[in-house]
Amino acid sequence: MLKKLTSTTAAAALSLTMVAGGVQAGDTVDAVKSQGYVKCGVNTSLPGFASSASGSWEGLDVDVCRAVAAAVFGDSEAVQYTPLTAAQRFTALQSGEIDMLSRVTTWTLTRDTSLGLNFAGVNYYDGQGFLVRKDLGVTSATQLDGAAVCVEPGTTTELNLADYFRANGMDFEPVVIENTTEVTAAFFSGRCDVYTTDRGGLASARMVSAENPDDYVVLPEVISKEPLGPVVRHGDDEWFDIVKWSLLAMVEAEEYGITSENVDDMLDSTNPGIQRFLGVTPGMGEALGVDEDWAYNIIKQVGNYGEAYDRNVTEKLGLDRGLNALWKDGGLMYAYPIR
Amino acid sequence: MAPKHPSDTARPLMALLYDKTVRSIIYQVLVFGGVFFLGWYLVSNVQTNLDEQNIATGFGFLDREAAFGISESVISYSPQDNYGRALAVGILNTIKVSLTGIILATIIGTLIGIGLVSKNWLVRFIGKSYIDLFRNVPLLLQLFFWYALITNGLPGVRQALNPLPGTFLTNRGLYIPIPADNPAWFWVFIAFVVGIIGSFVLRRWSFKRLEATGQVFPHLSVGLGIIVGLPILTWLLFGAPVEMNVPALQGFNFKGGLNMSPEFFTLLLGLTVYTATYIAEVVRSGIQSVPKGQSEASTSLGLKPSWTMRLIILPQALRVIIPPLTNQYLNLTKNSSLAVAIGYPELVSISNTTMNQTGQAVEGVAIFMTVYLGISLLISVFMNWYNKRMALVER
Repeated sequence: MLKKLTSTTAAAALSLTMVAGGVQAGDTVDAVKSQGYVKCGVNTSLPGFASSASGSWEGLDVDVCRAVAAAVFGDSEAVQYTPLTAAQRFTALQSGEIDMLSRVTTWTLTRDTSLGLNFAGVNYYDGQGFLVRKDLGVTSATQLDGAAVCVEPGTTTELNLADYFRANGMDFEPVVIENTTEVTAAFFSGRCDVYTTDRGGLASARMVSAENPDDYVVLPEVISKEPLGPVVRHGDDEWFDIVKWSLLAMVEAEEYGITSENVDDMLDSTNPGIQRFLGVTPGMGEALGVDEDWAYNIIKQVGNYGEAYDRNVTEKLGLDRGLNALWKDGGLMYAYPIR
Repeated sequence: MAPKHPSDTARPLMALLYDKTVRSIIYQVLVFGGVFFLGWYLVSNVQTNLDEQNIATGFGFLDREAAFGISESVISYSPQDNYGRALAVGILNTIKVSLTGIILATIIGTLIGIGLVSKNWLVRFIGKSYIDLFRNVPLLLQLFFWYALITNGLPGVRQALNPLPGTFLTNRGLYIPIPADNPAWFWVFIAFVVGIIGSFVLRRWSFKRLEATGQVFPHLSVGLGIIVGLPILTWLLFGAPVEMNVPALQGFNFKGGLNMSPEFFTLLLGLTVYTATYIAEVVRSGIQSVPKGQSEASTSLGLKPSWTMRLIILPQALRVIIPPLTNQYLNLTKNSSLAVAIGYPELVSISNTTMNQTGQAVEGVAIFMTVYLGISLLISVFMNWYNKRMALVER
């Protein structure tokens, strides 16, 4: 009886937010079009991926939001950003507060199934690592027995951390703080010996928040696979398709060698694939339910995947392409045929 | 039923509408129906949305392995334990910090409240400034401030401050030595409890004796003697074990002894300092509500000033103090959920993590709503009982 009563109470509470969000699975596209912009959930602050330090939002994850806006509205600025912590992100998406989530989120089975989400692809292949102070003298994660570890709650990172220490028969003291800024501050103040998150995030924290980046070192162990990508609500295939193919278009453009600089010249290309891709030969846009020049708009305004990567990740964090190179160059980035 | 008037028989239906009882029944049915319909609408809406989005429901997840670590816990916990136990850890951590906070805030608040009605200008000024400063800064901001002060202001583990032998103060918290494991300590604790009960019995007896014979028995000091003396006697009987468990630097952190984490300390400090400002005002208003004539009368009867405060002023002030004090206790308990921001693993923090890992937001919210409701009801039941005891008995 008690169980039934309480779940009813909470259901009432949650339904209030759902009613307010006006979610009805299946018509996100119409909602987005009528509101005139894409509501995109991003990180509170993770330079390289999503940060608003310069006054406007920028980063690799932000570029995915912009690509979707360019595809739907022909205007990559038609985005409303919602900064979210790791713990807030899924509820925000489920309840309709945002239309899509682009926030270094790992694609896992439970999230894809029981959380009511769909992953629209991978925009960054990452793995979890450990950041420590150099003067600690630690050279391997296997020496971390008994360390205090800073970590964000509600992340796969938190689970991998516990798994890794358990598997290696080591103890740790978790220091779990929700906000990225606060958790990195705790680490750099010395509250923890180790900061753990995806290696992209570690590089970001080290470059941006450390007083002297050279005092810190990322340990060689990569303890997990973290395919990060944009997420939409389950049950709306039309919107799912648009987000998925906007992301793939950025990768496809790099494969074709189309950049924001040469995209206008490429309109005259005789390659039938490029003609289809850029909407010179119509059909793709119609199939996706957007304008024929959707891909042109993405490349012109946001750039191809390689441009976005160089601008955000290489320049800001000094990370090379690694797994995120095109498949032709030995990486994992592979666009499905746009035809 | 209201007595019938001649006009009632002429137009029975209209008359019914004008009948006070009937009208109130109609209103109640309408309101109840409205609330019921709203509830039903919300629940079915949520059900539909969850189904459409393919989100799993139910409390089955409580048995699944939690797989995340928790830094401090009253009961034993490891990532192998299930979500149910993780939530229990959160509940106990909430109770731990709330209870400690309530006791400390009451002591500080009462002292400052008495200071506010002091005849000494400086004491009044200090009390007033304290209240103005800490009541007007949002609690969350205070938590961030204290936390930054501790983590940045105190040295790291290797440069730990060592104010007393065996005691270390670092940005990982305060480490103090505790008595090493020994069966004696269990019995010392029992002796302590017995001492408390004994002093209560003594107090009763002394009051009875006072009423019967008019003779005063110093039950306060003798009671205190029992509470302190009995455990010491037990300790001596067990051969006075003095071995201590002293914290020592081992690997990355101190091991052994008792550790108070910066997160717990920050939260406790924030809650205590903040709530004490409100309690101080409650105590001040309570004392000021007792007419001056009461203390004058007491003085003219020849009672000592300390007796006047304890036997005349405070019992009357308590009637005014207790109801708003209950509110402050509830506030303190609920405010402990702000710990999410600084990483103390209390109920909301652990529920959030659970909801995020399992996606069971409805169930997670249900659990912490129920627990907070339960704790709040417990506090108010206890305070209501205390209030009744203290209430004016009219003859």
